[in-house]
Amino acid sequence: MISQLYLNGVTRSFDGFKAINGLSLTVDKGELRAIIGPNGAGKTTMMDIITGKTRPDEGEVFWNEQIDLTKTDEAGSARLGIGRKFQKPTVFETLTVEDNIALALKDERSVFATLFHRQTEPDGAKITELLDLVKLNGDRSRLAADLSHGQKQWLEIGMLLAQDPELLLVDEPAAGMTDAETMRTAELLKGIAGQHTVIVVEHDMEFVRALGCKVTVLHQGAVLAEGSIDHVSANPDVIEVYLGR
Amino acid sequence: MLSLIDRRMGIFLAGLFILTVAIPIGNLAMEGQPVPSYAVSLLGKYLCYALLAVALDLVWGYCGILSLGHGAFFALGGYAMGMHLMREIGDRGVYANPDLPDFMVFLNYQELPWFWWGFDQFWFACLMVLAVPGTLAFIFGWFAFRSRVTGVYLSIITQALTYALMLAFFRNEMGFGGNNGLTDFKDVLGFSLQTDATRAGLFILSAIALATGLLIAKAITASKLGKILIAIRDAESRTRFIGYRVEGYKLFVFTVSAMMAGVAGALYTPQVGIINPGEFSPANSIEIVIWVALGGRGTLVGAAIGAILVALAKTLLTGWIPEIWLFALGALFVFVTIFMPKGVLGVIENIAPKRPKPAEAPA
Amino acid sequence: MLFRALIACLLLLASLAQAATFEELAAQLPEGKFDDRAKVVEAIAGTGNPAAVPLLEALAEGDLQTLKADDRLIRVTKENKKTIAYDALSGERIGEIGRRDGRKVKVNNGLRRTIRAALSVLTLRDPNPFKRIEAAEAAFKSADAEQLPALKAALEAEENPTVMAALTTAIAATTLSSGEPTQAKLEAISLMREQGDQQALSVLAPLMENEELGEAATEAVAAIERSQALWGIGQNVWYGLSLGSVLLLAAIGLAITFGVMGVINMAHGELVMIGAYTTFAVQEVIRNSAPELFGYSLLIAAPLAFLVAGLTGVGIERGVVRFLYGRPLETLLATWGISLILQQTVRSIFGPNNREVGNPDWMSGAFELGQITITYNRLWILIFALIVFFGLLMVLKRTPLGLQMRAVTQNRAMAANMGIRTGWVDAMTFGLGAGIAGLAGVALSQIDNVSPNLGQSYIVDSFMVVVFGGAGNLWGALAGAFSLGIANKFLEPYTGAVLAKILVLVAIILFIQKRPRGLFAVRGRAVEA
Repeated sequence: MISQLYLNGVTRSFDGFKAINGLSLTVDKGELRAIIGPNGAGKTTMMDIITGKTRPDEGEVFWNEQIDLTKTDEAGSARLGIGRKFQKPTVFETLTVEDNIALALKDERSVFATLFHRQTEPDGAKITELLDLVKLNGDRSRLAADLSHGQKQWLEIGMLLAQDPELLLVDEPAAGMTDAETMRTAELLKGIAGQHTVIVVEHDMEFVRALGCKVTVLHQGAVLAEGSIDHVSANPDVIEVYLGR
Repeated sequence: MLSLIDRRMGIFLAGLFILTVAIPIGNLAMEGQPVPSYAVSLLGKYLCYALLAVALDLVWGYCGILSLGHGAFFALGGYAMGMHLMREIGDRGVYANPDLPDFMVFLNYQELPWFWWGFDQFWFACLMVLAVPGTLAFIFGWFAFRSRVTGVYLSIITQALTYALMLAFFRNEMGFGGNNGLTDFKDVLGFSLQTDATRAGLFILSAIALATGLLIAKAITASKLGKILIAIRDAESRTRFIGYRVEGYKLFVFTVSAMMAGVAGALYTPQVGIINPGEFSPANSIEIVIWVALGGRGTLVGAAIGAILVALAKTLLTGWIPEIWLFALGALFVFVTIFMPKGVLGVIENIAPKRPKPAEAPA
Repeated sequence: MLFRALIACLLLLASLAQAATFEELAAQLPEGKFDDRAKVVEAIAGTGNPAAVPLLEALAEGDLQTLKADDRLIRVTKENKKTIAYDALSGERIGEIGRRDGRKVKVNNGLRRTIRAALSVLTLRDPNPFKRIEAAEAAFKSADAEQLPALKAALEAEENPTVMAALTTAIAATTLSSGEPTQAKLEAISLMREQGDQQALSVLAPLMENEELGEAATEAVAAIERSQALWGIGQNVWYGLSLGSVLLLAAIGLAITFGVMGVINMAHGELVMIGAYTTFAVQEVIRNSAPELFGYSLLIAAPLAFLVAGLTGVGIERGVVRFLYGRPLETLLATWGISLILQQTVRSIFGPNNREVGNPDWMSGAFELGQITITYNRLWILIFALIVFFGLLMVLKRTPLGLQMRAVTQNRAMAANMGIRTGWVDAMTFGLGAGIAGLAGVALSQIDNVSPNLGQSYIVDSFMVVVFGGAGNLWGALAGAFSLGIANKFLEPYTGAVLAKILVLVAIILFIQKRPRGLFAVRGRAVEA
């Protein structure tokens, strides 16, 4: 089986501090993977490297075993099919909910294509479908700024799905959500996995347990343990640095 | 095309149309000349400012790029047209030199510098009016946006850009007339600049340019690209992560805006009769920003109104009590930024019945 | 002191003793063969009598006459088209004389040469050392071989080291143009080589073609040119440091408001201007009521300028800026508006023209360091800039205000929770930045025109310094100011001042592309949008 994402010996330091230190990680196509680790373990930097926001000092990062991700920028990685959801929901506040989704929709991204772009019938249908999925159809012509925090989370997830990415990088999706919403998010992500590859970075152990997937534990910029949630929870090192606290 | 004209745009264009018809008639065709000739050129100048303000609103209001150097693009357009007008003078200058403008004779130039070649042709000058500001904006933007210089840093280096150009154009060795700039124009395309008919014609052209500029800007902002510009303004990083190369969009809108400013400058020069390095001064460029802020950032029409209001106030106040003008302008900057973040248009539309205008509320 | 008085007494006595002979000799001047009279001239010079100088000068100029009436020697000058006679020996005014009243004392070129040599010998013995140096320099320029013995004699008698040095060079230069033996000339060349300045170069350059001396001269010229290139670099560095200190002063307050608070204060230049006008006002008061205090005017003006500008700054912060935190672009516009108001206010009070601010004595003049000319005002400004810089560094590092400032910068909410009055800290920080701008104004008033536009001419430059150095870092401002200053001054000889400035601006624009956060930017983990 071809791996979706392959990181080998990746290192990145900021002013002498090694945020990522010899990180190696392989994620298969269609896999759902949870990544946990204490603050400063390098989770955000890892995602920055995968999405081309930060360049590693050393090591290799490959997409579909062919494309070198260290050579792309954010937009390039997005066009390859990597979607990223931030911890703090970021949507386009002064655009309508509908426009937010429309901009994210998979389409030609060049300057002149967008200048002369006309929305097609299937596009409209797709937008409605996505809005229904994230339960924002009733708010489609409101400004995104007027949504509640939870609604913004959903809008962002909707935008992510509109991109139809091969890989979703999801940073703490459960932050600021109610328990019911958290569970619904977990269901949604499980449903997406299979057709898409999903990497979830999370603190909330209940949420990770609900995902029921392979877990990677990061510590000081490298992999500390990997396996099922029960397997890593039993690992004494993991307990030492993370769970035990 | 018609879909671009919303209520706000409609009212403004209608007003502009009435002015465009009434002013020349009042000046040329009516008994007793109710509209004096100087007023025609003055109003024409205001319309050039309005177009310049629209150009700035396109980048600042919609894309969040606060350019403090738009005066440079305006001045470059003005110089391009001024160079043509200088060549048009021919041997009617003080030194009666058929090949060299007066200031070159004065400075002992032996032949026309290469960058003046072609400016005897009107079409070439028109091309340069677009090409010079456009190219400068493209090169500058390419460097700045690619390396992700944003916010106040970008503002400061745009200011440095226009400052550097000002210093350069003040130098006699540059071949643009140095301190005095370009002046003493005689005619354009054979029409004497001193006649009322030519002045009225230039006024009408300015009005047409303003209307066209407004519609082009509206077309851009109403397109999907326009929404991406707003997306960049709201959350630049997010826009990148859904796959848009932000620098490309910024570069496009910055270049278009610079060309629009160039056109405004080109129409300004013949109506004012002079273009000099003072137009590059950083103070001028910042003043443009307050036109936009006063009228209402991100509204296009508001920017045009703001420019006309400030220019009118400047004419009236400097004629009345000159010392008070800078106090008034300074106070305007402070007042608008603190109390009127949405500008005049925002205030009016808050009073008027509210209608959803989703895409245009400034951040 | 006592020693000098003694010397003066001795000189006086000597001149008295010779007075009689001097007058006798003078009486011999008008008559005889030119050759004999040349000897008389030399003898007159030999007396060392101060009155000999005007006498011989008058003779050389052809202004010396004898009165037909009593054969008295007179010096004539034209005043209002009338010929006025003075006694040539005592200098006493005799009055108008007719054309036929006097007989001109004849003089030819040979005699004139003798007189010139005699005159230079006379001035070489002048009691005033500055006159002696002047004479030595004149001898150096004329390099007249005939003066060589006189110069050597003067050197023998000389005690002042500065005059001795000047004489030595003059002797060397004269030796080279004389018929002295080759060995002496080679020694002179090596002496010139040591001197190593433009004058030495002009003496040596013609010798490069010379058969015997060519080699040594060529080597010496090359060596001098090398050392001059080094001195040239040194001079440029000094000019650069000097410009840099001005930039630093103008930028340092900005580095606080922009760097620490993130506030773009476009009125910063006007605060500098206010400082300069405060200096002007202080000097006006001193001129009118206590002129003897003028030497202290800057010391009085500095704290006042700090206060005036600082209070204005606090007013700006409390009145405008605090409503705009978190909106940097709006702050930029509002403070620009304030800058216009301040400019016009000053224009209305003091008028639109340049105001003259005087330099106290200790700020005037210059001295030489090797071949580098250093003016006192520039030196003091450099010292002042460094004092302000390190003083500010101390305030930030060592005082409670500095601590609170840094706390508020790093985490406003947390600082507020810990009981720091963030509003007060903001006002003080802004006021501190503004006060430093006022201090900059005191310094700038010494080298620039004090006009309402003073601030405008520095605002772009000082922003460039902050942006180049990296906001939020005082050391960045220091490095930025001096590197921009030096870069500017090194470009100037090749490009001219304006083009150098343009090139530096373009270079900064390009530099920001590479390092958008400046030279000393604080790099950290990537933060998300």
